[in-house]
Amino acid sequence: MAMKRIGVFICHCGRNIAGTVDVKRVAEEIGKREDVAFSTTYVFMCSQPGQKLIEDSVKKYNLDGVVVANCSPTLHEKTMRNAAARAGLNPYRVEIANIREWAAWPHEDNPDAATRKAIRIINATIEKLKANASLEPIEVPVIRRALVIGGGVAGMQAALDIADSGIETILVEKEATIGGNMFRLSETFPTLDCPQCILTPKMNDVAAHPNIKLYTYSEVEDVEGFMGNFKVKIKKKATFVDWDKCTGCGECLRVCPAHADSEFDLKMAKRTSIYIANEQAVPLKALIDENSCIRLQFEKKVKEGKIKPKKNVKICSKCADVCEPNAIHFQNNEEIVEEEVGAIIVATGYEVMPAEAFPELGGKYPDVITSLQFERLLAPSGPTAGIPRRPSDGKVPESIAFVHCVGSRDPQNGVPYCSRICCMYTIKQAMLVKHAMHDAAVYDFYIDIRSNGKGYEEFYHRAKEEYGVNFIRGKVSKVYKVGDKYRVQGVDTLTGRIVEVDVDMVVLATAAKGSSTVKEIAKKLRIPYDEWGWLKETHLKLKPLETPVGGVFIAGAAQFIKDITDSVSQGSGAAAKVMALLSKPELEKEPLLAKVDPEICAGCGRCKDQCAYDAITIDPVRHVSVVNEALCEGCGACSANCPTTAIQVVNFKKGQVVRAIDVLAEVF
Amino acid sequence: MRKKVMFYPGCTLKGVAKNLEDSTVESARVLGYDFIELPGWTCCGAVYGLAQDSVKFTIANVRNLIKAQNYGKEIGDNRLIAVCSMCYNNLRRAHIDVMKNKDKLKTLDLFMDEEANYEGNINVLHYLQFLKNDVGFENIKTMVKKPLKGLKVAPYYGCLLLRPEEISIDDREDPHILEDLLRLLGAEVVDYPLKNECCGSYHTVDKKEIVGERTYKLVSVAREMGADVIATSCPLCFFNLDKRQEIAKKKHSEFEHMPIVYFTQLMAIAFGLTSQDVLHFDKHYISPEEVLKKWL
Repeated sequence: MAMKRIGVFICHCGRNIAGTVDVKRVAEEIGKREDVAFSTTYVFMCSQPGQKLIEDSVKKYNLDGVVVANCSPTLHEKTMRNAAARAGLNPYRVEIANIREWAAWPHEDNPDAATRKAIRIINATIEKLKANASLEPIEVPVIRRALVIGGGVAGMQAALDIADSGIETILVEKEATIGGNMFRLSETFPTLDCPQCILTPKMNDVAAHPNIKLYTYSEVEDVEGFMGNFKVKIKKKATFVDWDKCTGCGECLRVCPAHADSEFDLKMAKRTSIYIANEQAVPLKALIDENSCIRLQFEKKVKEGKIKPKKNVKICSKCADVCEPNAIHFQNNEEIVEEEVGAIIVATGYEVMPAEAFPELGGKYPDVITSLQFERLLAPSGPTAGIPRRPSDGKVPESIAFVHCVGSRDPQNGVPYCSRICCMYTIKQAMLVKHAMHDAAVYDFYIDIRSNGKGYEEFYHRAKEEYGVNFIRGKVSKVYKVGDKYRVQGVDTLTGRIVEVDVDMVVLATAAKGSSTVKEIAKKLRIPYDEWGWLKETHLKLKPLETPVGGVFIAGAAQFIKDITDSVSQGSGAAAKVMALLSKPELEKEPLLAKVDPEICAGCGRCKDQCAYDAITIDPVRHVSVVNEALCEGCGACSANCPTTAIQVVNFKKGQVVRAIDVLAEVF
Repeated sequence: MRKKVMFYPGCTLKGVAKNLEDSTVESARVLGYDFIELPGWTCCGAVYGLAQDSVKFTIANVRNLIKAQNYGKEIGDNRLIAVCSMCYNNLRRAHIDVMKNKDKLKTLDLFMDEEANYEGNINVLHYLQFLKNDVGFENIKTMVKKPLKGLKVAPYYGCLLLRPEEISIDDREDPHILEDLLRLLGAEVVDYPLKNECCGSYHTVDKKEIVGERTYKLVSVAREMGADVIATSCPLCFFNLDKRQEIAKKKHSEFEHMPIVYFTQLMAIAFGLTSQDVLHFDKHYISPEEVLKKWL
């Protein structure tokens, strides 16, 4: 039944709309329509009195439909629908006519045209509204379990918070230990806490929590399902060691003859082929790196037919020989496990650009390294026991230059944005160098210091005043090797002179990017990311933890590079979102979804091919399309491709849309 | 039969940089190419490339490109080789510019109503690019008669071969095309980090002391890196680094002179072309004769 008693409410939006559009004239014109029972204007429809006006008018005029002409529906559609619902009107009988972004703002210079366009937009919206059906939200059952991808500080915080609320949480980490990049750091700004001290309690809590199921050295292989009902496949990568038996004693490390670059130390040190990620790893378990293990390489070559083994040849098994619990079996124990969860948090963190990407800044030399690598040399638990030594010759440097903004704020050579944390960690590193070697000469080349956090500016001043770090405002153009030294050629823009210093080591604060694995994960989850590998939030300001896919949230540096404080806050924030989602036994979902008329549908499958959410299947018996309401997002791609209008989105039916377009397309 | 290819010498090669012109043309001849001077070539615009009115700058180059277009059809080859870095830079930039901005090309074509319109198919190449991609470095190696074994060379690109990026003949921050060629000639290439630094350019006209300082820096570091000689392809770089050593020496008594050569001279020498009719050492302020005498 088409509506006959529609109420139209025109918002002034202060002067945003009323400054350009003649709202009184709009109300009068619309009021002339036969199907409009009441039309009025109000200064702020989103205010409480504005909402009250809708409630009262619905009752007073017995309205059967409402159009609110104001801003974009993404802002206040819900507000207006709730107001009407409080007065007893089905909320899906309320439509928004966007006369701010569509009429007032773009035509500020032509008020008359803006007013006529506003009238037209409202008329079109009324035409669409008239055929709206009353709808009820759809209820979807929820699995009360959560998945967190990434075991850095943000992911651990999220997992702990969710687990503390009594919800079982699965934490997947691709490396052999949790802790993330934070665990690589020497000390943290601006408090100079040691991350090993403040992070290990959290890591141990994660491992010991009865509600947390931890998968380290594992990756998310596949994700199916929808909000409240995800099916996740997790690949446990091959460790060649039985972790149920391994006690983490480390005897095997002492006898292993093969070596490779240490992942944890970012190539600043070697590790043995069988290794434990680091001394405080959680879980403290040994694993074998297939690519450097003598035995596994031999077996591989034999298998490929490249080598023919001689009889009675003794192949290295030194680690297994000394392993008391007999945990080392050399068998490929890769395994896929399946888990069901209701919500997912992606906290995959960041990476920094490699020094090699900047040959002009000396990245090709061994003693020119990234700041993250330098953290390992400053860390008391690191390969140099906290006194930095040059990777090339092990010499303790007497002079060090730090270079800020390497690749950051530099779209030609790196990324356009500021990497946000480099100023502060570089200042910290300069201080720590001075702690370790009082007489060292420290040069810090910066464009400008960005110290916008609690205690940050004070920290910077300490470095200048108490530690005597030489801060030079200007970019570095070149770093090259002269004899045993590295010459840093830059400019001091405060004195306007070219500056040259010869130093023993150079540390490059290279630009941060999203984790290299994030794109694969994002594709599996169907969440968007940008060209630098940062995950895209639904709204930068108001929905920074949400993604367009219901039930999938983001936290920490996966969204954009951020410091520890912000990462932890986001971890907790995303956890709160998950807890709210999983607090109810069933989820409510907007009913504006695709619906099939089985009388018309021929089962051609064109809608199925178009569906980005895998929500459509063809019923093999009746040979018609079937929509899974839990998966459908109501985008309408199916409807646009249906040759017979058999599949249509509720309240966006073909007749409704065409009538609205007819109004909009009349000669202006 | 040697293959005919169009060659754009530019003004400097006809005067102070005769050594660059002759060593280029003669080395190409050894490799089987006749470099034919583009008939009726005019100025490349030189410093007007930096001027505000880019139409005025572009017009000289487009006129040259049109001439190349006409003559190229005659000899059936659309390549136009320049060896002066400035000429290469200006010609190539003008070509890219008018290909991107068709309106501008139209304006220029209308202005030059006595000429045919530019069709946009002239391939402006620097001699180094031509050597690498068209001749092929491996073919050059076979022509080397006197490998420059033991000669330590600092390769110097300056700015005009590398910037702006769209005309760069190699990686703009870490180029190596010149190094690759010099190694083929048997020379020992030193790591010369200042290879793309500024020589001081036209400050040489009114602020000689700036160029003197640049020269001091560029030559001293080349010396520090162990070089005997600096090789370049740019007549302006050559002039600055060669002539302004006079100022550098006056200001810094410890400064040691170093000869500057064109890479084409080294190529000619390696090919056995040691006549002064090709090398013109009289054009050098610091004579390279002593350093190169082993191969002359």
